[in-house]
Amino acid sequence: MTPELLTWLIPLPPILAFAVIVLLTHRSNRLSHTLAVGAMFVSWGLAMTVFWAAITTPELGQRPFASSIDWLPSGVEALRIGILIDPLSAITLFFVAWTCLAIFVYSIGYHNYGKPRDPADRAGLPPHKGGIEPMYARFFAFISLFAFGMLTLVISDNLLLLFVGWEIMGLCSYLLIGFWYGKDSAKKAMVKAFITTRVGDVFMLLGIAYLYSATGTLNYREILFNEEVLHSLAEAPSGVLGMSAAGLIGLLLFLGTVGKSAQWPLHVWLPDAMEGPTPVSAMIHAATMVSAGVYFAVRFFPLLTAGWAEGEPLTVTMRVVAFIGAFTALFAATIALAQRDIKRVLAYSTISQLGYMVAAVGIGAYVAAAFHLVTHAFFKALLFLGSGSVIHGMEHGLAASSTNAAQAMPGQEGPAGVHKAHAHVDAQDMFNMGGLRRKMPRTFVTFVIGGFALAGFPLLTAGFWSKDEILADAFTNGHLAVFLTLAAAALLTAFYTMRQITLTFLGEPRTEAARHAHESTATMTVPLLVLAVFSVAAGWVGIPESWTGGRVPNWFHSFVGGTLLEHPPAAPFHWAPLLTSVGVSLGGLLLGWLVYRRVAAGAPDPARKPLGFVYTVLERKYGFDEFYDWAFVRPAYWFAETFSYLWIDRGVIDGILHAVARTALRLGSIFRNYFDKPVVNGLMGDGTASVVKWAGRQLRAVQTGRVQQYLIAGLIVTGILLSYVLVVRP
Amino acid sequence: MTALQIVFLIAAAFTLLSALLVVTRPNLVHASLWLIASLAGVAVLFVLLEAGFLAAVQVVIYIGAIAILIIFAVMLTRRVMSDSGPQVNRNWWGAALSALLIFGGLLGLFSQVPAVGSAFPAAIANADGLLEDLGRSLVDVNRYVLPFEVASVLLLAAMIGAIVIARPAAREEGEE
Amino acid sequence: MIPLSWFLILAAALFSIGLYGVLARRNAVAILMGIELMLNAVNLNLVAFWRYVAPGSIAGQAFAVMVFAVAASEAAVGLALILSIYRQRSTVAAEEINLLKW
Repeated sequence: MTPELLTWLIPLPPILAFAVIVLLTHRSNRLSHTLAVGAMFVSWGLAMTVFWAAITTPELGQRPFASSIDWLPSGVEALRIGILIDPLSAITLFFVAWTCLAIFVYSIGYHNYGKPRDPADRAGLPPHKGGIEPMYARFFAFISLFAFGMLTLVISDNLLLLFVGWEIMGLCSYLLIGFWYGKDSAKKAMVKAFITTRVGDVFMLLGIAYLYSATGTLNYREILFNEEVLHSLAEAPSGVLGMSAAGLIGLLLFLGTVGKSAQWPLHVWLPDAMEGPTPVSAMIHAATMVSAGVYFAVRFFPLLTAGWAEGEPLTVTMRVVAFIGAFTALFAATIALAQRDIKRVLAYSTISQLGYMVAAVGIGAYVAAAFHLVTHAFFKALLFLGSGSVIHGMEHGLAASSTNAAQAMPGQEGPAGVHKAHAHVDAQDMFNMGGLRRKMPRTFVTFVIGGFALAGFPLLTAGFWSKDEILADAFTNGHLAVFLTLAAAALLTAFYTMRQITLTFLGEPRTEAARHAHESTATMTVPLLVLAVFSVAAGWVGIPESWTGGRVPNWFHSFVGGTLLEHPPAAPFHWAPLLTSVGVSLGGLLLGWLVYRRVAAGAPDPARKPLGFVYTVLERKYGFDEFYDWAFVRPAYWFAETFSYLWIDRGVIDGILHAVARTALRLGSIFRNYFDKPVVNGLMGDGTASVVKWAGRQLRAVQTGRVQQYLIAGLIVTGILLSYVLVVRP
Repeated sequence: MTALQIVFLIAAAFTLLSALLVVTRPNLVHASLWLIASLAGVAVLFVLLEAGFLAAVQVVIYIGAIAILIIFAVMLTRRVMSDSGPQVNRNWWGAALSALLIFGGLLGLFSQVPAVGSAFPAAIANADGLLEDLGRSLVDVNRYVLPFEVASVLLLAAMIGAIVIARPAAREEGEE
Repeated sequence: MIPLSWFLILAAALFSIGLYGVLARRNAVAILMGIELMLNAVNLNLVAFWRYVAPGSIAGQAFAVMVFAVAASEAAVGLALILSIYRQRSTVAAEEINLLKW
């Protein structure tokens, strides 16, 4: 049972679960979720075994677990695919396995397993009042397929297999965002997500093609762990904008990350992706799929930073990456300030934090980026699952309060009355919540832990350690613009996080629904607890050595740093970044609490008046959706409907076809009327017949029936014959 | 011109003339009588050829039986065919042409026969025993008994056939 | 003394006249008469050849006897046929016995 073999087996259980659920057990909810969770559990077990083997192997970066097979024969050699467990993929495997397992278990409770099926519920729409999800088994099939895609991506040793996993996840994202396909908003969101990430994927594919043509291979070890290849790529000119081949390839590949990890300008799909069920948001759009984009960028760090060494100015590619990352971090954080929906806030928060990681890659902070990737996965998944629990509680509260309202006002019963109490209270709007700490204590505690981790609460949360490392790296390497931008974003992060916590849990309930909310089941709260543990403890494996004077080795740095050819140096200790990160974190949290602690029911957002029209701009997300719609979507529709369909397809192509058809018909009728009928039918057919008939009619006159005439004829003919034979030719 | 030749010429002319009249007379009874005359002329010619028995047979059978039969047939079919009206059909010219052609052809054919110019040959040896020889030849196993028997069968068949054919068709009421 | 050719010419003439009678006459009985003339011509021919070419062999006369027999039977059957047709169709004009036509 070598680690290599176990690694090959890791993605297998989920895909088998997917196949079995789809083909066989889709009618049984219990069997389906057992299969899915069981499969994920097996994968988790295998992943933990491999992880343990990985961390107990010294110098894993020099001797990773690698195994490959011939896949596509091409000439003498073959294209090989295989698995590679080096330190980066080992820790990614770790957090992917844990978060996916937690989310799988959570989904059981989230979709109300154990509750009866409400006859008013229809497949394609979320359940109204807490009945079990009608498409329960389908959900587990999809997330199993997704888990397969992600695990494949993580363990792959070459770009092609990574791309396969990438696209599988894109498909599952599409399917799961639009899981409740009865909702029009979900349908639009699923298409938007797919198309937007596709834009990034196209450039990524160009990058892959260029890379393959330049190096002849797509294997990580052969490209990224190979001095000569990297050097030659860095030296070769690409002919575009003066960038080297490595630079251009890196830029193209990075565009894939921009799409997949929802960086500006391709960020527009992630907030809309919140249409999917909350486990989907947690898994795909917080912990794993968007992380895959960053994982990819971190994996290709050697290529992105080819031609750069520590202390040198950044290459063009790195500057682009850093800019996009830092800009996105600040940009998304500002939008998050003005959002009312609990999941939207978290969505923009995800975009912002991914921007942190991307910026870290851009400035060359390899280990910091990987560290934040790991910690973010845990606490963001926790936050999303927590928000799901809150929403569930709110919906139960809604159902309970509408029943109460119906009971309290018997005269106003009837569909209109019940719906009136029910319809326009959005269970996801934070301004309808409040005081939920009393109703949902476990959710409250875990959510606070996650939120503080996001805000970077010093020392006790994982987010602090990872975020601080990025800021420290930015500062000490002199990238002040990036440092200031990220610091500002950190301040805003803390602010909106506390805003969210305050509005949701603190204070007093603002609606009946909030008043009647209750805690969620164990299947939902246990995963929250597990993730909360990681949100706290995961940071302690990466405490910088400079803090403890070298007594506690920074295990994370040494482990993950071994993935690169040269061990990256740790950032030296400096007070400024530390103070900045502590300051913005605590300051932001305090400010958020102060501003939002006394928001009454029905009151507007306290930040609206001071910020004025800026608040409106933020609320409208800077108008990017509208801009893209005007600039790209509508022209595309016009092109499709008018140009392609009407003009080319119906006009030109159908026109040609019709013209050909008409010509053929005309030719046919010409042939028919001018040749077939007169000549063939008339002359040859009927003509022959009538000639024969005429001849026959003439000839039959010979047979008069009169014997004497026959005799005469016979005699004359015989006479002629005889005279010929005897006289003319004797 | 010997006496025989003169007799021959007279008989020949008589025969031919009668034959012509046979085929041209509209009145059938006349025609059949002229037929008899023609047959008689042929009998005379047989005598000239020293085939006396055949002359007798000619008279007895042809004139005595066949010609009488023909006269019977004429009388039995008389009602319809009146003696007036055309007695030749539309193609008489074709018939005449054919007859002339055949005549010419036959003459041409005869001119090829080497013995055509020969005059009277020598006398027949055993002229008195001709008849006996004829009789014997007709029953001699090595000679002509088979044609003789076949001819008798033919006559039998013709007799039966003629009876059957000439029977009146419907006999149901007149059965008794 | 009488050259063979005279007999032959006579027979040919008789035959031709008979032929004319067969082909040209309307009445069926008249046609039969023509046939008898033709047969007579044949007989004459036969006997003439016998006498002039091979008088020693009696074959000529024997053949002539056969011809007599045949002529007689043929006349009988032919007249029977004519009578039968006369009964059926009340006509003996050869032109009107024309069922074997188109």
